[in-house]
Amino acid sequence: MNTTRSEGDASLLEVQHVRKVYSSGGTEFEAIRDLDFRVSDGEFLCIVGPSGAGKTTLLRCIGGLLDVTSGSVSLAGARVTSPPEGMAIVFQEYGRSLFPWLTVRQNVELPLREKKVPATRRAELVSDALEAVGLAHVPDSYPWQLSGGMQQRVAIARAVAYQPRILLMDEPFAAVDAQTRAELEDLVFSLWKSLQVTVVFVTHDIDEAIYLGQRVLVLSNSPTSVLEDVPIPLPKARDQLRTRSLPEFNELRQKIHRLVQTAKRTMIT
Amino acid sequence: MTLPLAQRGSTRLRAGSARRRVAIRGLTGTLLFVLILEAVPRLGLVNPAYLPPFSEIMVALGAQAATPAFWTLLGQTVFGWFTGLIIALVAGIALGMFIGSLKWVREATHSTIEFLRPIPSVALIPLAVILFGTDMRSTLLLVVYATFWQVLIQVLSGVQDVDPIARETARSYRFRPLTQLRSLVWPTALPYVMTGVRLGASVALILEITGELVIGSPGIGKQIVLSQTAGQVATMYAFVIVAGMLGVAVNLGTRLLERRVLRWHTSIRRDQEGSP
Repeated sequence: MNTTRSEGDASLLEVQHVRKVYSSGGTEFEAIRDLDFRVSDGEFLCIVGPSGAGKTTLLRCIGGLLDVTSGSVSLAGARVTSPPEGMAIVFQEYGRSLFPWLTVRQNVELPLREKKVPATRRAELVSDALEAVGLAHVPDSYPWQLSGGMQQRVAIARAVAYQPRILLMDEPFAAVDAQTRAELEDLVFSLWKSLQVTVVFVTHDIDEAIYLGQRVLVLSNSPTSVLEDVPIPLPKARDQLRTRSLPEFNELRQKIHRLVQTAKRTMIT
Repeated sequence: MTLPLAQRGSTRLRAGSARRRVAIRGLTGTLLFVLILEAVPRLGLVNPAYLPPFSEIMVALGAQAATPAFWTLLGQTVFGWFTGLIIALVAGIALGMFIGSLKWVREATHSTIEFLRPIPSVALIPLAVILFGTDMRSTLLLVVYATFWQVLIQVLSGVQDVDPIARETARSYRFRPLTQLRSLVWPTALPYVMTGVRLGASVALILEITGELVIGSPGIGKQIVLSQTAGQVATMYAFVIVAGMLGVAVNLGTRLLERRVLRWHTSIRRDQEGSP
């Protein structure tokens, strides 16, 4: 990282009146109507919404993988038009995001090679990242020899080793079992605390969003806009059992659940 | 997919004995076939002048193998086949990667490729003879032409097969175009390239023998015609058998290569999955 971290409230990511219309042939489909929000440096933001709410489209726009139709996305003041420096994405489809012809170590190392990190530093970053996700024992395995949860850990290690300022996660745990999911949530939460990275986490799981986020952005049905921006005033130390059984947690869950239900019912035209 | 160790062991054992059974059956079949080949002319079912008993063919083959000229001929055939294959591979892979990576080039060349590809290579024999006479290069032209399309078509499909998520991953980590080509497109296309190699190697051998046979460029194929005109029927069959054995060797070789290169691919890795 070459930029020093700025003071508390400075926003790192700015999404300004983003609109996204897909057009193919003669038909147009408005996926995102108007999205406008900021993410502070070091924040953990969760984005929830009904399925088909354009969450993935939004994340790809933020990541510079998709062009916006109008409006703008800026990261650290610079407008995003292609994947920016200092950003890593963890996809839901870990099996397709990892390269099957490379070992775990090589998968994690490849982006660092591309970033021209010197070999000794690279080896350090790779082993630290694998250690951090609990995979120090399988560097020479191939991803497909590992379980789904472990594969997603590899993808997370790859992102961590890259030392991003901002980490985008697109429903990363939608394809793993509940047990693994809880473990991975705690892993991501502890990584966020220790690395002080900014996280934008897209999910359809309301509980997951409340458990992880400092703030939850509730999206409307497609064409998407922000329904509500819900702050999560839970203690910073999270525990799968204790946090989830707090009365505040329950209230937030009900509130957001109602919002999502309304979003499903009302088609905004 | 993890079986208890004991069970896994017995599965492997069962697989081993099944493989042995298949091998034994295969061998029995071959032996029976050879016996029929031996018996049919001896019983007078066909004229031995057209089909000598198998033992006579083997004797002729032994006599040939004892002469240095035979090995020169074999070398010429293998050399022609291999040279043609390599030229077609290099050209097919390079052009395929280039055409496949750029959408507009792909669209611009599509109709031309679809027109040139179905032309049977043997239709070019007159052209080859005009250009190079009965030289080895005549046959080489046929071999390269036929093999090139096999490889090109495979590489083109391979380059198209890059997973969109893998592509987005590469883009999000800001891989340069050349890195994407090397670390993503090439490995994705590799299984297709290997299929191209396997098909191409067989087609190249067919065209090599055809070229020698029809054009008369030096090699096993030419020897088949020469033995036939000289009335040495057993020797002619001996060369046919040599050509067949070459085909078997080419097939085995390419399969072995495929297994080595594609350790990670779903078609090969089945037996090692789930056992970290």
